[in-house]
Amino acid sequence: MVLVTLVAATLAGVVLRRRSGVPREVRGDVERLTSGDLEADLGERATLVQFSSAFCQPCRATRRVLAEVTEMVPGVAHVEIDAESRLDLVRSLNILRTPTVLVLDASGHVVKRASGQPRKVDVIGALGLAVGE
Amino acid sequence: MQADPRALRFAAVVTTIVLALVLVTGSAWLLAAQAVVFALSIFGVSPYGMVFKGIVKSPPRELEDAAPPRFAQGVGLAFALVGLVGYVTQITPLALGATAAALFAAFLNAAFGFCLGCEMFLIIRRLLPAAR
Repeated sequence: MVLVTLVAATLAGVVLRRRSGVPREVRGDVERLTSGDLEADLGERATLVQFSSAFCQPCRATRRVLAEVTEMVPGVAHVEIDAESRLDLVRSLNILRTPTVLVLDASGHVVKRASGQPRKVDVIGALGLAVGE
Repeated sequence: MQADPRALRFAAVVTTIVLALVLVTGSAWLLAAQAVVFALSIFGVSPYGMVFKGIVKSPPRELEDAAPPRFAQGVGLAFALVGLVGYVTQITPLALGATAAALFAAFLNAAFGFCLGCEMFLIIRRLLPAAR
């Protein structure tokens, strides 16, 4: 019982570590978010939307990463949303974890999505796609 | 409130060992003791954390927010209590299932630094729309 549990947890840990924070293509219908949905203005070229919650360890580090990227790349806005106060959005976008980062293009279409703390290079890569470079 | 991440990790390791021992020995008393530890940790008086502070005197390189791990200790307490009910009523699948679930989460935290209990927050909030 102990062994089975630890093996299962190790597998889960390895999968989580590999997937965590990696921006993925959004499958199915591409969602579009408006500044009304976000209660904030969209960036001129792209927007990084971060869903956070009160009991989230990696949210602070994620905020730092996204703020750095926003400073580096002109025309990009960083919008942070408290998941608990926007459960409507959380449900419609099917967000299960915090942080979840959505990369939106200039018109608000969700181009990429990462759950878990993303690496800076990955965010910059995903932004390249969003601004069409 | 801020916490030393090393102390949190140490507590997760000890919790993993204790829960594994519960499964091996089938001791409800040991699980009850762990439940008390979970309960104390919710209020920021983690016995394992105190042991760590007694051994390691160097200051941590950085601190982290104490709220997420405390919430996770609450989730751990819930599973420990369900496990205890299982042991006391001798419903073995309940006892083993709940204890194994707590062990799963404690090991993920100890080995990977991943807080499964913290992730439960949003999922629970999504399931409880009325609580808003």
